[in-house]
Amino acid sequence: MSISEETVDQVKQLEADKYKYGFVTDIEMETAPKGLNEDIIRFISNKKEEPEWMLEWRLKAYKHWLTMEEPNWAKVGYEKIDYQDLYYYAAPKSMDRPKSLDEVDPELLKTYEKLGIPLKEQELLSGVVAVDAVFDSVSVATTYKAKLTEMGVIFCSISEAVREYPELVKKYLGSVVPHSDNYFSALNCAVFTDGSFVYVPKGLRCPMELSTYFRINAENTGQFERTMIIADEGSYVSYLEGCTAPQRDENQLHAAVVELVALANAEIKYSTVQNWYPGDETGAGGIYNFVTKRGACRGDNSKISWTQVETGSAVTWKYPSCILQGDNSIGEFYSVAITNNAQQADTGTKMIHLGKNTKSTIISKGISAGRADNTYRGLVKIMPKAEGARNFTQCDSLLIGNNCGAHTVPYIETRNPTARVEHEATTSKISEDQMFYCQQRGLSPEEAVSLIVNGFCKEVMKELPMEFAVEAQKLIGISLEGSVG
Amino acid sequence: MSLLSIKNLHATVGGNEILKGINLEIGPGEIHAVMGPNGSGKSTLSYVLAGREGYEVTRGTIAFKGKDLIDLAADERANEGVFLAFQYPVEVPGVVGMTFLREAYNAKLRYLGEPEIDAMEFLKFVRSRAKTLNMSDDMLKRAVNVGFSGGEKKRNEILQMAVLEPDLAILDETDSGLDIDALKLVSDGVNELRSENRSMLIITHYQRLLNYIQPDHVHVLAHGKIQRSGGKELALELEAKGYAEFSGEAA
Repeated sequence: MSISEETVDQVKQLEADKYKYGFVTDIEMETAPKGLNEDIIRFISNKKEEPEWMLEWRLKAYKHWLTMEEPNWAKVGYEKIDYQDLYYYAAPKSMDRPKSLDEVDPELLKTYEKLGIPLKEQELLSGVVAVDAVFDSVSVATTYKAKLTEMGVIFCSISEAVREYPELVKKYLGSVVPHSDNYFSALNCAVFTDGSFVYVPKGLRCPMELSTYFRINAENTGQFERTMIIADEGSYVSYLEGCTAPQRDENQLHAAVVELVALANAEIKYSTVQNWYPGDETGAGGIYNFVTKRGACRGDNSKISWTQVETGSAVTWKYPSCILQGDNSIGEFYSVAITNNAQQADTGTKMIHLGKNTKSTIISKGISAGRADNTYRGLVKIMPKAEGARNFTQCDSLLIGNNCGAHTVPYIETRNPTARVEHEATTSKISEDQMFYCQQRGLSPEEAVSLIVNGFCKEVMKELPMEFAVEAQKLIGISLEGSVG
Repeated sequence: MSLLSIKNLHATVGGNEILKGINLEIGPGEIHAVMGPNGSGKSTLSYVLAGREGYEVTRGTIAFKGKDLIDLAADERANEGVFLAFQYPVEVPGVVGMTFLREAYNAKLRYLGEPEIDAMEFLKFVRSRAKTLNMSDDMLKRAVNVGFSGGEKKRNEILQMAVLEPDLAILDETDSGLDIDALKLVSDGVNELRSENRSMLIITHYQRLLNYIQPDHVHVLAHGKIQRSGGKELALELEAKGYAEFSGEAA
């Protein structure tokens, strides 16, 4: 029996056990009805066994959300979302899971193969087996968590953190992205289902990369994910979010919130590979990804670095930002955003300089193909007390074909005369000369595009942790398939 | 049998007929030089052979190793063993030369149904090839052709050729933009790569290059046709008399 068959069998056994104990009825009852109101929020909070203060916070956010209007300033177009027609709490799917890889969309499997994803992970990603079923049988994950606990690192789901570490959560939740921040983040505050919580104690350099992928017993975090990372004084942590394999999801709207806090001399490196379903060639069925990500460099000499590779989703609206409060603090943003077919991305960053001698670097690479639109939108703000602040911004856009668009919208506000702010931008096309040169050396048109685009993104790709970088390179090629010829 | 057999080749670029009935036979291991004035169709011939888009064959045949080349895409022709050393090598920013070359080498292996070569083994192979050419592989640590001098670009082309080991190498004005020292270095490299199994088509304006690379046959291309063919002495004659003889509309 192959390992994969074994896994499937184990899972079947699990499911059979659930029938035996009548868990199925239980699961059915765990789905809240469609729509959003205070009762639904109470239901979610109750399901998560949350303390009263958490429920109050959710309700406060909900009330505020009701007074807000959906923003429309981004250069993206999509059909109006009916917020009363969505499910806000659904238990993980368990009934309609495919029984084996044979039942999985062959297109999806082809992509996994191209990415070189092992069979066991393919089963996990395509939903053949449940996350916990796999990880319970993989001892490495258990060892991983035990080791982290020993070092004093807290790495758990945010629901668990609310119950186990209420003081920490209370202190930092909403301190970077307040409940009233924006329409989508307010919605997230009211209904967030789960996400990761990380706390790295003083002076510890976390020796392994923390990844959502390896979080034990990860639940189906659903569309309203909430993540919080706190790096205490002098600590360091590198966090990986997402996965290079395409992820299908029933939920069309995703509105996540990520808050990072770096105290004095601490550093957080946050890397994302986002490859959600972009929809078909017309964009139908694709995911709307409206995310608020923000980090606060709260202490002196702290540093927050965002690296993102965005290839999925039908519509992306995302601006990972840094608030540079501490003196000499550093904010970095490295981004590759690829849009193909009918995809739309409006993404960039905000660097808010408050402390003295704060520094920020922005490197953004946007690639458009098909009929896609790709917008960089960035804000660099130097406040009056930010003596000697520095920023360097470079925005490069690459166009493939004649029907796509690239747009750059930089905002710069400087209120301190000692600040130095630089902005460079280029727009280019993959030239016929380059294509012919690569093809003459034996590369197919698709291999040529992939190579040229990877070269274009190199400055960002080299910021990715090794384990992500190789897959991300292949991913770039795959997301641009069909864009030439 | 000829390695490359071109019969009555007509080709258009943007609707204009540039090649008007070329006939050319190149045997294995032979070096042919095609000379001619500006605008005679020399570069067009090299692009048509390499399969560049926009260069349309309207009549005639090109057989390479007995295969019809016209139906193959540019990358397939390359993998069959046709190599074009560019007159103006193209910059590929951010792509390190070694990576570029390994991708190309592996593309050929895949085409031939052979297993790909791993990075370390390939590095050794490239170093050994560079050594036989008396070249350093330092260029391959930089992005392809980015910030290269004219001489470096041409040397890089020859190094790529040495690694990809084509059956037919087309050198399109490889001498252009080179000083005497660079010309000598590049020519030495080309001579090093001469072999019984490798034919070359050298396209040039000047006889100068042919002092270093001795051709077996010389052809004069003008007005889209080969006007005269001969041995290497023809190149010397052209150097003395110029292309005036061929400048009028051919009979």
